[in-house]
Amino acid sequence: MTTTFGESIRGALTPESLRGSARRRRKELIIHRLFFAAAFLSMIVSALIVLSLLGKAIAFLANIDLTNLVAPGWFPRQGMYDLRTIFVGTLLVTGVGMLVAAPLGLGAAIYLSEYAQPRLRRTLKPILETLASVPSVVIGFFALTFISPEIVRRLDSEAGIFSLAAAGIGVGILVIPLVASVAEDAMHAVPGALREAAYGLGAKRMSVSLRVVVPAAVSGIVAALVLGVSRAIGETMVVAIAAGGTGGSLFTWNVFRPGQTMTAAMTSLAIGSDQVRGADQAFNSLFFVGLILFVLTFGLNLISDRFVRRVRQRY
Amino acid sequence: MAASISATTGSVDLLLRGKRRELRGRVFEGLLLATLLVALLILATLLFSIVRQGWPVFAERGMDFLTSPKSSLPQRAGVAQGLIGSLILMVFVALLAFPLGIGAAVYLEEYARDTRLTRLIVTNIRNLAGVPAIVYGILGLVIFVDFLRSITGPGGGERGVSYISGGLTLAVLVMPIVIITTMEALRAVPQSIREAAYGVGATRWEVVRSHVLPYAAPGVLTGTILSLARAFGETAPLLLVGAVTGFLATGSGSLLETLRGQYTTLPTIVFDWSRSFQQFQQLTAAAIMVLLGTILLVNSVAIVLRNRYERKW
Repeated sequence: MTTTFGESIRGALTPESLRGSARRRRKELIIHRLFFAAAFLSMIVSALIVLSLLGKAIAFLANIDLTNLVAPGWFPRQGMYDLRTIFVGTLLVTGVGMLVAAPLGLGAAIYLSEYAQPRLRRTLKPILETLASVPSVVIGFFALTFISPEIVRRLDSEAGIFSLAAAGIGVGILVIPLVASVAEDAMHAVPGALREAAYGLGAKRMSVSLRVVVPAAVSGIVAALVLGVSRAIGETMVVAIAAGGTGGSLFTWNVFRPGQTMTAAMTSLAIGSDQVRGADQAFNSLFFVGLILFVLTFGLNLISDRFVRRVRQRY
Repeated sequence: MAASISATTGSVDLLLRGKRRELRGRVFEGLLLATLLVALLILATLLFSIVRQGWPVFAERGMDFLTSPKSSLPQRAGVAQGLIGSLILMVFVALLAFPLGIGAAVYLEEYARDTRLTRLIVTNIRNLAGVPAIVYGILGLVIFVDFLRSITGPGGGERGVSYISGGLTLAVLVMPIVIITTMEALRAVPQSIREAAYGVGATRWEVVRSHVLPYAAPGVLTGTILSLARAFGETAPLLLVGAVTGFLATGSGSLLETLRGQYTTLPTIVFDWSRSFQQFQQLTAAAIMVLLGTILLVNSVAIVLRNRYERKW
């Protein structure tokens, strides 16, 4: 530590002298710590999210009659917190969404990874990227003004303007680019040698895609679908606009009826929150639903992360 | 004899080319291409349907729509407050999320050893990127709006339903995305560049500042710009931290007062109007045109940057 640069030139060159000036080292250390702090901040954010959810979620459970968690519907203003309504609503929207997003997203991924020539790829990929950049509030409006009258009400003439199906299709559109890009990454990572071996045996492109590449990339494809489900569960604005659950909703299994999801329930509580804030437990139910949503999506993301890592380790 | 040989070669030829299966292959390829075309069709329908509904507003009122404040009268309502609000929030995101996100990414890619803590942080960031936006709204509500009200609020113990809270919330929301895209850009810089710099005696920070970051800059820039576009269209968390959905007075005051005051954003206006359905339908579409136009413009800048400066090692 006492060795300065000047001394080390006069004396023998020791490992000590190669460490550079103390000022330079101190600067390095400070920068190192700053960057670490920035990285560690993400841990603090996670902790704060859990903390902000947990307190009021527990307060909610402690203050309501637990039998209210089963009711004919989700009407927080009237003390009816039927969890089935928002779970089934979320399930239906996610289901419809994945029916749209899984075939379209995976099909696009296989085509882009296995069939498209580089030039075609460069023109097709921006389509998905543009679709990915459309905000969900815009898709919500599109679901309400186009999908609902042109698609949903043609499928079921009794369907109203608002329906879980319209919201579900909208959510599906939002999830397509995500599924496509994660699945394509996984298929792209499959080594060319595997494909060439199959071609060498006389396999056609279709067999190579379906019997070699897809099985080899199956972890990544599963990850893409799990991530898609997680995104669909967490999607808020499309459902808030197009599903018609503002103020509450009756329990329903019918996708052509209006309904409520976990996320939309949270938004409608938030918009109307000024009047009820602190007055009753309705506002606190927001935190309880938020906690369930957080745990659910966090779990799904962890699972998908594990699958992605499996692909990466293998190749 | 000759005829049977040619018949054999013919059938062998047919077998090798697999005519029958070739047809199945073509159908399969067509189906795959169709999925992409459906995506394109959806995008085209979306844009067309919105422009068709929103165009009359611009045709009738022109720039007036962009410069008018919110109003309960459809013929007078405009998106000026939303545009300003969104732009101010973007400044917050750029000032907070970019340096912190890039710093975190540099730490994880360039400094951190492969310890359990590092792996935990990376996994945590990946998960944070997938947490629903509305959950960040709750974080913002509890921490920024209520807990930090003395900083974010107008003072006097009032809740911090303000630009500051909204900006902080959005910054926290996009930070994981900034970190992930930056990490990918840093990873693409070849190790030899770092080694060359270390070889002439550069410290870690000097290697990062003068060699790694400049080479990774196009990728980092693209990622940050895309995350900015994402933040621009974000709605759900802002509803929780109090972006105003109803009427909003145009205030005048010092910068700090403004930042601690109420606000609204462009996507919030879109949401608000889309709920008052019929009457405001054209206006909603027009507001969406402004929103989408901005986002697509920003995104194409990012894509052009990427194509222009992307290098293959």
